[in-house]
Amino acid sequence: MSELFKKSFLEIRKDLDEGALTSESLSESLLGRAQDENKKNNALISFCEDSLMKEAQLADERLKSGERSALLGVPIVLKDIISCKGHRLTAASKMLENFVAPYDATVTTKLKQAGVPILAKANCDEFAMGSSNENSFFGAVKNPWDLERVPGGSSGGSAAAVASGMSPISLGTDTGGSIRQPAALTGITGLKPTYGRVSRYGVVAFASSLDQVGPMCSDAFSSAAVLECISGHDLHDATSSQAKVPSFLRSTIAWSERKDLKGLRIGLPKQFFVEGLDPVVAQEINKVADFYKSEGAEIVDIELPHVKHSMATYYIICSSEASSNLARYDGVHYGHRSERKTSNLDELYSRNRAEGFGDEVTLRILLGTFSLSSGYYDAYYHKASQVRELMRQDYKNAFSKVDCILGPTSPSTAFKLGEKGKDPVQMYLSDIYTLATNLAGIPAISFNSDSDSKLPIGVHLQGSWWGEEKLLGLAAYYQKRHPNSLRKADS
Amino acid sequence: MTRQYETVIGLEIHAQLMTETKAFCQVANEFGLGENTRVGPVSGGLPGALPVLNDQAVRLAVRAGLALNCAINKESIFSRKNYFYPDLPKGYQISQFDKPVCGEGWIDILVGEKGAETKKIGIERIHMEEDAGKSVHLANYTLVNLNRSGVPLVEIVSHPDMRSAAEAVAYLKKIHSILVFAEICDGNLEEGNFRCDVNISIRPVGQKELGTRTELKNINSFRFVEKSIEYETARQIAVVEGGGIVIQETRGWDSAAGKTLSQRKKEEAHDYRYFPEPDLPPLVLSDEYIEEVRENMPELPEAKKERFKKKYTLSDYDAEQLTSDVALSAYYEDCIRRGAPAKKTANWLLSEVLKELKKLDDVSVSDSPVGPKALTELVQLIEEDKISGKIAKTVLEEMFATGKSADTIVEEKGLVQVLDTSAIDAWVDQVIGENPKIIEDYQSGKTKVFGFLVGQVMKLSQGKANPSMASKALKKKIDV
Repeated sequence: MSELFKKSFLEIRKDLDEGALTSESLSESLLGRAQDENKKNNALISFCEDSLMKEAQLADERLKSGERSALLGVPIVLKDIISCKGHRLTAASKMLENFVAPYDATVTTKLKQAGVPILAKANCDEFAMGSSNENSFFGAVKNPWDLERVPGGSSGGSAAAVASGMSPISLGTDTGGSIRQPAALTGITGLKPTYGRVSRYGVVAFASSLDQVGPMCSDAFSSAAVLECISGHDLHDATSSQAKVPSFLRSTIAWSERKDLKGLRIGLPKQFFVEGLDPVVAQEINKVADFYKSEGAEIVDIELPHVKHSMATYYIICSSEASSNLARYDGVHYGHRSERKTSNLDELYSRNRAEGFGDEVTLRILLGTFSLSSGYYDAYYHKASQVRELMRQDYKNAFSKVDCILGPTSPSTAFKLGEKGKDPVQMYLSDIYTLATNLAGIPAISFNSDSDSKLPIGVHLQGSWWGEEKLLGLAAYYQKRHPNSLRKADS
Repeated sequence: MTRQYETVIGLEIHAQLMTETKAFCQVANEFGLGENTRVGPVSGGLPGALPVLNDQAVRLAVRAGLALNCAINKESIFSRKNYFYPDLPKGYQISQFDKPVCGEGWIDILVGEKGAETKKIGIERIHMEEDAGKSVHLANYTLVNLNRSGVPLVEIVSHPDMRSAAEAVAYLKKIHSILVFAEICDGNLEEGNFRCDVNISIRPVGQKELGTRTELKNINSFRFVEKSIEYETARQIAVVEGGGIVIQETRGWDSAAGKTLSQRKKEEAHDYRYFPEPDLPPLVLSDEYIEEVRENMPELPEAKKERFKKKYTLSDYDAEQLTSDVALSAYYEDCIRRGAPAKKTANWLLSEVLKELKKLDDVSVSDSPVGPKALTELVQLIEEDKISGKIAKTVLEEMFATGKSADTIVEEKGLVQVLDTSAIDAWVDQVIGENPKIIEDYQSGKTKVFGFLVGQVMKLSQGKANPSMASKALKKKIDV
């Protein structure tokens, strides 16, 4: 049983359905593995042992009564900005160190209804702001492939949890690459859905117009199953879409079994291959393009002229929204309350917030507050919104010519802890390929390539609005023909 | 004073909407319950909570726009108004900024001596927003009650078209009455669900440009609006006349001192950092929807007044009085439905019933101990000559005091009017016998004493004699 973590999602599914494995024994085994691995990589903030075993027993009863569904009985790890009633919801911040969620996020409710036991809450960058998971009040997460390196961020804990075999499935959130970049750096599959595909209710907001919850899993099949479970319109989220939810798992399996990729057009934007991109990564992406071409797909050169402005645009919009979204953390009704004596209200707010927020969060609140200020709004937030619209137009034009867009997820493989130092721009550059996806609201996937490199290299596929099926399908098609791309960190 | 000054006033009215639930969540919108019992994840500003717009609030906001002759914007957007305060748990208020739900509109008010003239007051916009919670400041600490947090509001912003406290109050009362009749707002000033900010400036008569204004915040009674404007006008004139300049600032009304006091100078004003609320898509309204809201508009006060005049042949004054209050007009029409005579009921309701209610510490007509059924029965007794109008007044007092029906009181006290001619003749004879001197005066031409004699007959009958029969019988016997 101790080798359970090495099994693929579909193998586990089969064992559970055939009664060769119970959810209880699976959960117990993974919990043990998680507790051991966590000592090494610090992927988790809290364990949900008590409720986990109860939920696993319930799943076993449902399995015994003959119920069959894709996720029934398979434990999951949730990024600790997703609310799970009765458990701590820290957002990896001192501000919420002791905050216990009084309600379930909609995605949590959906997982519980599907019989998915919740194993643990994953570490991340504080309030999901960061690209290395070094901005956590609970300490940095380490990459299971090399414990001296970062797992990426902000969903670094969810990524490391899957990569180290704590659980085959997890949820992360992606505002500018926070699912895909850590998925790339830890060699797993991560998908950012179309904006509005998944409810944000109960998920600590970073930048409301960019945030999406998505699967971070061991492969495309499990990602499809998780996405199918958490998608759909939610009466509690006015930005969630009424769009029909496809049978993602079924379509992904069908894609993987296709004979070839004839008729498919894949765009390759020239500007992706520029200075700053690690040649090893560039070479690997070209190999993936060659593979798809050899399977019958057409590789098309495309242009996304405004995407070069994505970093400036992204940081203005996300910081502005964050400055407002994080205003509620003032230590008055809940959250960190300074122990120092205060003489007036403003001082109370300043102390609570100065003590409760880390440096990166503080930086972004200041940046966002400035961008929204009277006299600066037009030059910053308003202009950024206009550029954002131009980028959306770029993608619209591109998707009239191609089915999806191929490129690297991250300009480099996992970097060393502390390597990017104190220069935020250096850190921000590690998300350069993923930011525009969120600004346009389109879906994108990152999956591991079949490289000989010691460290994983992420392949990034962006799709048109509501086009997740193709992305999962192309990832599954690749993974089925490159089993080595699914290898685990310590194998 | 050497120069004449003109006061320029604009009002911002905040009216809470009568919705079942709050503006952006499913928590009940109820007043006066235990502190912090009407709070959920959204209205409490918990991590991860998201707002979802209440359809009923939209309907009432559109209805307000239509009732106040506003253009309805088919696309409007919500914005965040950011500021820190303990009764604002999210750290921002969801409001509307550059694209409100309703644009330009207007209403007519009555101005001048006895309201002889009409004046058009322009409305700049109506926008939707949520209320904040309530802070209760005590000696060493402040308590916060979030029951009000997230209650839907409309803010109605007028143009600076009013020129006196009287005009401002007339405008305020008119808006109040329209919102209450249209079932948009409860209009309860004491509970704070209808309140206003006053923008006020002065300028020498004839000057075109506006003077520097001050803003008087959160005034919650018609009387205080009047008093604060009068005070502030005098204060600003005194400042200018004294060689000073009016400073742009926010001032509060101290009702105990009868003064406005400076609260916040312009330099200390918040930068609210408005930006479009990313959690809510734009509010898009179709022509069909707007028409449907228009068709289902409850009857507004002016239409009701005209209908009352026509249908019940009431005087302009009576109709105006009856439609000055939604509860009063409902009470009246309830009586009519029960078969009460229109004119007599209007008189009794507007004079006697209201007088009795005033005695009861201004109980609202909807809570009157004598309801439409009881009043109808009383008026019918008068109409059928069972009791005289005079007796009826004492019966009504008794009804208010005991809660008994008019029939019961008349029965118990033997107050039924006497129509029997022989009984009336007997009282007349007795009065003639007891007042020989006065009869003589009358018969010698001093006809003024006749009234006294009828009064004596009525007194003898303890008010029960039919007054006109008594008068006739007396005349017959003493006329020469």
